[in-house]
Amino acid sequence: MILDSKIPDGPLEKKWDTHRFNLKLVNPSNKRKYHIIVVGTGLAGSSAAASLAELGYRVTSFCYHESPRRAHSIAAQGGINAPKNYPNDNDSVWRLFYDTIKGGDFRAREANVYRLAQVSGSIIDQCVAQGVPFAREYGGLLDNRSFGGAQVSRTFYARGQTGQQLLLGAYSALSRQIHKGQVKFYDRRDMMDLVVVDGQARGVVVRNMVNGELETYIGDAVILATGGYGNVFYLSTNAKQSNATAIWRAHKKGAFFANPCFTQIHPTCIPLASEHQSKLTLMSESLRNDGRIWVPKQKGDKRNPNDIPMEERDYYLERLYPSFGNLVPRDVASRRAKEVCDQGRGVGPTGLAVYLDFADAIQRNGKAWVEEKYGNLFDMYQRITGENAYQTPMRIYPAVHYTMGGLWVDYNLMSTIPGMFVLGEANFSDHGANRLGASALMQGLADGYFVIPYTIGDYLAAHKFKPVKEDQKEFTEAKKAITDKTERLMAIRGNRTVDDFHKELGKIMWEYVGMARNEKGLKKAMTMIADLRKQFWSDVKVPGKANDLNPELEKAHRVADFMELGEAIARDALHREESCGCHLREEHQTEENEAKRNDKKFAYVAAWEFNGVGKAPKLHKEELKFENVHLAQRSYK
Amino acid sequence: MNFTLKAWRQKDKNSEGQFATYTATNITPDMSFLEMLDAVNHDLVEKNQEPIAFDHDCREGICGSCGMFIKGRAHGPQKGGAACQLHMRSFVDGDLITVEPFRAKAFPVIKDLIVDRTAFDRIMQAGGFVSVNTGGVPDANAIPVPKTIADEAFNAAACIGCGACVAACKNASATLFVAAKVSQLALLPQGQAERQQRVEAMLAQMDKEGFGSCSNTYACEAECPKEISVTNIARMNREYLKAALG
Repeated sequence: MILDSKIPDGPLEKKWDTHRFNLKLVNPSNKRKYHIIVVGTGLAGSSAAASLAELGYRVTSFCYHESPRRAHSIAAQGGINAPKNYPNDNDSVWRLFYDTIKGGDFRAREANVYRLAQVSGSIIDQCVAQGVPFAREYGGLLDNRSFGGAQVSRTFYARGQTGQQLLLGAYSALSRQIHKGQVKFYDRRDMMDLVVVDGQARGVVVRNMVNGELETYIGDAVILATGGYGNVFYLSTNAKQSNATAIWRAHKKGAFFANPCFTQIHPTCIPLASEHQSKLTLMSESLRNDGRIWVPKQKGDKRNPNDIPMEERDYYLERLYPSFGNLVPRDVASRRAKEVCDQGRGVGPTGLAVYLDFADAIQRNGKAWVEEKYGNLFDMYQRITGENAYQTPMRIYPAVHYTMGGLWVDYNLMSTIPGMFVLGEANFSDHGANRLGASALMQGLADGYFVIPYTIGDYLAAHKFKPVKEDQKEFTEAKKAITDKTERLMAIRGNRTVDDFHKELGKIMWEYVGMARNEKGLKKAMTMIADLRKQFWSDVKVPGKANDLNPELEKAHRVADFMELGEAIARDALHREESCGCHLREEHQTEENEAKRNDKKFAYVAAWEFNGVGKAPKLHKEELKFENVHLAQRSYK
Repeated sequence: MNFTLKAWRQKDKNSEGQFATYTATNITPDMSFLEMLDAVNHDLVEKNQEPIAFDHDCREGICGSCGMFIKGRAHGPQKGGAACQLHMRSFVDGDLITVEPFRAKAFPVIKDLIVDRTAFDRIMQAGGFVSVNTGGVPDANAIPVPKTIADEAFNAAACIGCGACVAACKNASATLFVAAKVSQLALLPQGQAERQQRVEAMLAQMDKEGFGSCSNTYACEAECPKEISVTNIARMNREYLKAALG
């Protein structure tokens, strides 16, 4: 199979417009004849379900929460980018495009990234019209702030709760369509499998999480907007329920998985305090606007940070990157933090932390100013650590945060399974090997509000849909396979809890497939994961019943998938013999320890075709063509 | 730290529930309340018993999933935080901790500590939105909004829909929840066109769901993890009155 990205011809600036004109349309009265399944209700899922319903399609929407509003997009703090150029600081669509493709270390498609930059302005307009209370200036106009990887201020924000406000906006649009009956919504449903009929995605099997029953739903197209897979590391900034089951099971049904090793470790998280910790908490990277990052110059300096004089502090990001300073992209900031900690200059009880210091900002602008901008983050920090960051510097350390990899999609956001579309973090499309801050919200909403409503019509208009029934074999077999898998899990009655296995997997991933990777470690990780997977299937303990509300069973299904996905991540990392963005292979670094790409050999998307558990998947390459940007060594100096 | 935990166990919606007593051992002060429950559940699973079911997700106090009553208070003995943000250092070693689901007629118990709060969604579906379709909206800066108004709208919009206000209220009223959304959209120019219908539709749905009436005791504000102000209730009442007078 040859991967066809369907990137339109013509100049970059015209590609999306040309493509839109060429897309087939479904006339208004025919739209109601089509039925679209949308799984997930985060920014991408809610915006897609609402927008498609507004157009007249019949939509069925699912989420595993009790309410669409609880999806993990809600937790995004910092903001959303758009090149409105309101601050008159010389921003443009081209500049956002360039920053994003450079930030992704030249491992994303030019056409996708340009489209993202083009539609991002409309997202802000849309959200304001919905009543999203973005931060404003005293004159009543919208305020912007700057973020990592950019030298302009293009980030729109709603205090430290931008994701919440944007999601509530999309949720309100979705709620309106549910009320109209245009969207049928099912809560507490966990997607267990995709149903493919005659090569087309035609439905899903979901588990009713309250009574444990498997239900099947039929559609003419299926949209997965089910988020990222960061929880394969166990400890991450993701919500506890965030999982890869929907995309992984679709992968096993034929959807290629692209660049799984592109996982982002976010630099500004609250350091791990103890073994019992169930997750890590992110502090918005917007803090790097006014906070200065430093460690003591001396190894093992255990003095109170306020007692360490200026000349004995190393503001290492400002030293190494004078022009971007503390605002270097996330991958660079994370790696440098790890480096200084590895040198023995880390701070706090574990030595695995660096300081993020607001003393200068407080002195310059006053405590009230800092409080107005970052108050909720300081409160959150104090709540978790018991420390007052107005008085003593915050301690931060990198944590797994976002996954750039995901299911492969073409320019229309369709996977390699016809009729299955993938949106938001679940796809691989726009961030290359590293995502810039405030770009996830942008991409999720771009996909849902402004891309899928046009591209799905082209698919629907171009295909014929045979009537399918829930009792036909594709559905009954899919259901039976899930029932069997559940029975197998419950019958093991082993000695270790699901969480035990998940934690152990996470440790392997963090140690060998984390911030810095090498051949030996990756090979070791693959063996260890395969062994752990065997143990899981012979020694896991799942209490309770299958036909009941059973959180342990839910986790068991998810961890079973993480056990396979973890190996895929390690394999992809092993094959990519270069460093790029968040993927640092220790064998491939510049003399200054920056990521050293190999554009001749690796300027491609690695799309993996599933070939059976424990078997090597087949690699398909989509060459990345750069016609508008020069492939430079990223420099933030 | 060690604790005695008295937790509500209920098989399902139709069964009777009761308290069961457990011990939580080797708990560290930096653990969150939910991490303490994780530890208790881990022990239960090891003993082949069913763990205590509870809703949770983000564990950062923003998704609104983890609604539960801890030591007689919604989200436990702290101000301005959800149960996931409550740390064990807030308790005294050896404490007896009672944990039970949010109690309200409109929030039926599904299992153990999990309640069904979809009534909130139906209230939002009745009117908690601005009727704009995707596309065709004016430029984001076309309508200036004074900063003070935008900030006040934000304060109301910060609601996480957890239901603590209902659980804390002796009448199990959802007034603060509804008022927060009505306020946000009544304050902003974008919400003006549907101002009247919105407040009427949302309040009608609130009544239909079986929530009680507001008797101004302000327990809701005291227990709200986002500290949503009761001034929103006054604003909503004005909105409702205006709508009623036409």
